[in-house]
Amino acid sequence: MSNEVLVINERVQGEIPDLTFELIGKGRELAQALGGSVSVAMIGDLSSLDAFGGADKVYTVEHPVFGSGYSAQAWEEAVAEVVAVARPKVVLFGTGTIGIDLAGSIAYREKAPLASYVVDLKVEGSDVVAVSQLYGGKLLAESLLEGETVVATVIAGSFPSEAGRSGGSPEVVSVAAPKSLDSLTLRPVAVKEPEKSGVDITAADLLVSVGRGVGSQANIEMLQELADALKVPLSASRPVIDQGWLPKPHQVGKSGKKVKPKVYLAFGISGAPEHLEGMRSSELIIACNTDPKAPIFEVAHYGTTLDLFDLVPEILEKLEA
Amino acid sequence: MKIVVGMRQLADLVEELEVADSGVDIDRDFVKFVSNEWDEAALEEALLIKEQVGGEVVVVALDEPDVDQTLYSAIAKGADRAVKIVGVEEGWTPTRLRAQLLAKYLESEGDWDAFFTGVQAADDLDGQLAGLIGASLGVAHAAVVSKAEPEGPALRITQELGGGTLAESVAEGKVVLGVQAGRQAPRYAPITRIRQAMSSTTIESFEAPEVELGPGPKVRKLYPPESKGQATMLEGDPVEVAEKIVEIIRTKGLVR
Ligand SMILES: Cc1cc2nc3c(=O)[nH]c(=O)nc-3n(C[C@H](O)[C@H](O)[C@H](O)COP(=O)(O)OP(=O)(O)OC[C@H]3O[C@@H](n4cnc5c(N)ncnc54)[C@H](O)[C@@H]3O)c2cc1C
Ligand SMILES: Nc1ncnc2c1ncn2[C@@H]1O[C@H](COP(=O)(O)O)[C@@H](O)[C@H]1O
Repeated sequence: MSNEVLVINERVQGEIPDLTFELIGKGRELAQALGGSVSVAMIGDLSSLDAFGGADKVYTVEHPVFGSGYSAQAWEEAVAEVVAVARPKVVLFGTGTIGIDLAGSIAYREKAPLASYVVDLKVEGSDVVAVSQLYGGKLLAESLLEGETVVATVIAGSFPSEAGRSGGSPEVVSVAAPKSLDSLTLRPVAVKEPEKSGVDITAADLLVSVGRGVGSQANIEMLQELADALKVPLSASRPVIDQGWLPKPHQVGKSGKKVKPKVYLAFGISGAPEHLEGMRSSELIIACNTDPKAPIFEVAHYGTTLDLFDLVPEILEKLEA
Repeated sequence: MKIVVGMRQLADLVEELEVADSGVDIDRDFVKFVSNEWDEAALEEALLIKEQVGGEVVVVALDEPDVDQTLYSAIAKGADRAVKIVGVEEGWTPTRLRAQLLAKYLESEGDWDAFFTGVQAADDLDGQLAGLIGASLGVAHAAVVSKAEPEGPALRITQELGGGTLAESVAEGKVVLGVQAGRQAPRYAPITRIRQAMSSTTIESFEAPEVELGPGPKVRKLYPPESKGQATMLEGDPVEVAEKIVEIIRTKGLVR
């Protein structure tokens, strides 16, 4: 067993996500406490290898299958191979698609405990203590991870990314691609970038954002009127999009757009971690939610527990006056 | 295609959640339990596939508060059979335990083609179900799935990679999927159909077998986040609060 902290770089194509650097930065802190080192697993696309100055070692896995796109099975086999070679003490994933895909199965294969939705990590003796955000952010759970190898999936934005960017030049270890990559039953076919659309919620200084609290498609009209009166786009949380009440380009969050307006007005949005990931760095957040315990109030600067159906018409009135 | 859909009950997040005296679980006495919303998306995708290419949809769930309602409603929407895994201790069930139990059930069903479940549940402290079941059965799995479309005997799977980027892969052979959203929003089951399902369907029982739980996180405490007290609450009636909000936006130079 080593005292290595292994970070799984969640990049299929394009830029290396900020989250990887967050994990390297936190990984360094854990490694120092454990008396070990920090490494990164880089699967498939090996471009921008030199970005990993914050790590001591980079494991790479190459295979033609990674050129065809993303398959959870291909990544699982590759990551499992890196884990087998590195024998890390800690494996860190993000709660992106790849983390959700692989953390459970890697932990299962390694007979390792796993904590997900992690927002904080520390070392205690030879164990790791994780704080996880549960129930949509309404409660936190502190848990102890014991074992030769432990696994955590970390919510994006939990740690600063700067710490993971600095440093020297890591050793590169090429890990032989496992044979299993030649006989996948889940074959990658393509990766598709989002289609360009007319609305660009990322460019607005002010956003009127609507959540499931609006109740129905018909009620969206009232929020649309407000957005129109302010001459800004209407954005939304995921359930509003999944219900088909607004098109996908309007979605804010982990699987939508990251926005950073001067003012973000949230109506009927609970503030689940996946939503916060897309808007928490807005300059000013004003939230309207009837539930005083809604997690959105933890990131909002101003809040009201008034019913949105009582409040929005008054804002409209005020604007028209 | 025979698709098994794993569903579960979850504390309604809109409710106030209190920590139990044990300090490591929620107080389950007064919370309302509802069906996990992502499991409903998984069911919808399975029903769409059945409508396209025929086959069978079986829903399976652990015996949890008000689960019958969820299972009958699945039947009313078009599922063919409902199975309840009984004999599991009440309280928080680690996802790893759920996975082991469901894996045993799936082994007993034998001839299924795909297992769908929700991408996550809000109390998945020890991992998401699809990956854990996939690993325990040795079957390929994928999560954050937004489409699963039949392509001959295979399934073409679309996963969201974030920011609108999509990854497509093709599953040839058994597959386990964690569904984020179906091709359409979950259909609605009219109350009359649910009543009909209740009188015409018998929920099958599957006795929970002994399983090896394996290592998991040891919960030391469960607690509400310490309020950073950041939000200044705007007091007053709707007219007054509206005035304050408009004033704030105006100060930022965003209203003429
Ligand atoms: C992999 C993954 C990716 C995801 N990506 C995203 C993403 O990109 N963006 C995103 O938003 N979510 C995303 N989610 C979903 C996320 O977990 C939450 O389910 C979602 O953010 C909840 O949306 P909501 O706040 O609108 O709805 P809810 O959580 O249902 O909240 C509705 C809120 O409205 C309030 N309310 C109700 N009625 C009123 C009223 N009359 N007036 C005022 N308030 C009222 C309620 O108190 C409640 O807090 C993702 C989930 C997963 C698993
Ligand atoms: N996500 C969770 N939500 C609520 N309770 C939990 C959660 N995780 C663990 N627990 C509780 O923590 C206690 C100890 O868990 P464990 O040591 O993992 O078996 C159990 O009584 C569980 O009920």
